[in-house]
Amino acid sequence: MSQTVLEPAPEPVLAAKPQTPFQRIVSDFCEDRLAVFGLVLVVAALFVAIFAPLISPQNPFDIGALDLLDAKSPPGTVSGDGKITYWLGTDGQARDMMSAIFYGMRLSLFVGFTSVITALGIGIVIGLVAAYTGGRIDALLMRIVDIMLSFPAILVALILLSVLGKGIDKVLIALILVQWAYFARAARAAALVERNKEYVEAANCLALPAGRIVFRHMLPNCLPSLIVIATITLARAIALEATLSFLGVGVPVTQPSLGMLISNGFEFLLSGSYWISFFPGVALAIAIIGINLAGDHLRDVLNPRNLR
Amino acid sequence: MLVYIIRRLMQAALVMVVMSALVFAGIYLIGDPVAMMISPDASEIERDAVRAALGLDLPLWQQYLVFMNAALHGDFGKSFLAGQPAMQLIFERMPATLELVFASLVIALGLGLPMGVYAGLRPKSIGAKTIMTGSILGFSLPNFWVGLMLIMVFAVLLPDLVPGFPRLPASGRGATVSVLGVQLSLFTGDGLLHLLLPAVTLALYKGALIVRLARATAREVLPMDYVKFARAKGLSERRVVGVHVLKNIMIPIATVSGLEFGQSVAFAVITETVFSWPGMGKLLLDSILLLDRPVVVAYLMIIVVFFVVLNLLVDLLYSVLDPRVRLESRAA
Repeated sequence: MSQTVLEPAPEPVLAAKPQTPFQRIVSDFCEDRLAVFGLVLVVAALFVAIFAPLISPQNPFDIGALDLLDAKSPPGTVSGDGKITYWLGTDGQARDMMSAIFYGMRLSLFVGFTSVITALGIGIVIGLVAAYTGGRIDALLMRIVDIMLSFPAILVALILLSVLGKGIDKVLIALILVQWAYFARAARAAALVERNKEYVEAANCLALPAGRIVFRHMLPNCLPSLIVIATITLARAIALEATLSFLGVGVPVTQPSLGMLISNGFEFLLSGSYWISFFPGVALAIAIIGINLAGDHLRDVLNPRNLR
Repeated sequence: MLVYIIRRLMQAALVMVVMSALVFAGIYLIGDPVAMMISPDASEIERDAVRAALGLDLPLWQQYLVFMNAALHGDFGKSFLAGQPAMQLIFERMPATLELVFASLVIALGLGLPMGVYAGLRPKSIGAKTIMTGSILGFSLPNFWVGLMLIMVFAVLLPDLVPGFPRLPASGRGATVSVLGVQLSLFTGDGLLHLLLPAVTLALYKGALIVRLARATAREVLPMDYVKFARAKGLSERRVVGVHVLKNIMIPIATVSGLEFGQSVAFAVITETVFSWPGMGKLLLDSILLLDRPVVVAYLMIIVVFFVVLNLLVDLLYSVLDPRVRLESRAA
């Protein structure tokens, strides 16, 4: 699983100036065209998400602006009042699909990033504490992690949401609860390796407080592998949110994410109005594929064994 | 070994008690199932009568004890909606789900393993690169959306545009036959036709995973001495790959397939919803949306048992396939 899709290109001609680690990572990353393509997709998705209110032709939440006569127009139709062209068609409530997708992307990425960053934080604290203290606390924490990871994320999230109810905040809670365990395990594994290194021993000899050793000295050295896992988890979180919303237990109807948009188009699919489900799915796929392509190569670039 | 199994089973029992209490309390907090079941015009006296009949008037802890007592006797209560025992309801739907998962596993292994080994043997070929890029698509594309698109292409667009193209069924399960008392649709043409699209949808993610795993392990195994020795002995390429390489690839593949079997049962919730497949995943979702508590709790109990047994089996299988693995040391 640790190979890239493409073999790494031949080594670049050594620059005259010694590279900083960051420059090395950037130049290594840019060697893989597929990974750069992935990054471009991610940046495009982020751009659309951040500037959704500015670039959307229509505000999909403004019910007053919708003209029901335009409902289910195929892509390319000009609206009834001639003001805008529905490049990606409209849905059953005459919402412009392109605007709805921009806003949906905003919500999907927001949920994905927020949940992964929070879960990463929780996982790091638990993983590092487990690794540094060891003993019973470590055994107990890792047993909980084992149990969490032995159940499929989708099922745990589904059950959690059935208890919590609908809402963006509830989806965030469910996603964080199913994700922290991955980070805790990875952070512990990385920290166990670091704990036995000389610099930690040196810090111990200086009688630095445990918190400082763990978070100022060990954490920065554990971060690269955690960042890689975070990218993969981000892709999974976005897909998971979309799935939950599709199943009808995720975000509320008033704030459609990409998954909800696809779900809304499901009923029109068999009658031939394919665009209501198709385009939100393409947008979702672009975001997830971009993250996966970039993350897949990032793993190789950040892998210390690949240092050249 | 025995100690290890016993310890794992005790841990499982603890997990089950905790999970059941959590879910029981959680589901108790949301919504009033009585409001969903009887008409809004019903008087308060009628409501109380229904509550008393379902045992919903007791305090929460008492309801839980009643539930646990019955559960230990194999009775998980009756579905509020269907009026049948929840356990029976789930067991009736189980063959449909297992059939779907089994079919998808066969597709994923049957296509994924050869493609992965090929990509591992010739990593620089165009075919290998296509396969590997395709595998990224396989686990990037949201599963439910792939299902929708398959329906769109094979049940709507192609039959409409291409004359004579068979319209693949997009919802429900085909005709079933009774095999040893279990209703299976695997053995009828109609059943297989209905199974095709959902099984392919479910197989996609797993197949992609198996491709990548098979490729990675093949690349690890190929430079090994025993492979070189087998080649030096003059064995045919077919025997080297088919016996010596494949045997070692099978260890991680078996583990992942086993674990993925469990994941697929969970993922089947999505596929079953898209294709209206009458399995236990769809039952779970319907029960969640309609607040049918006994079914949700019973499903959860079954799933916990299922996953604990599955994880245990995978660990045991692993130690059989790879004698170097010692289970006792991991239990400590």
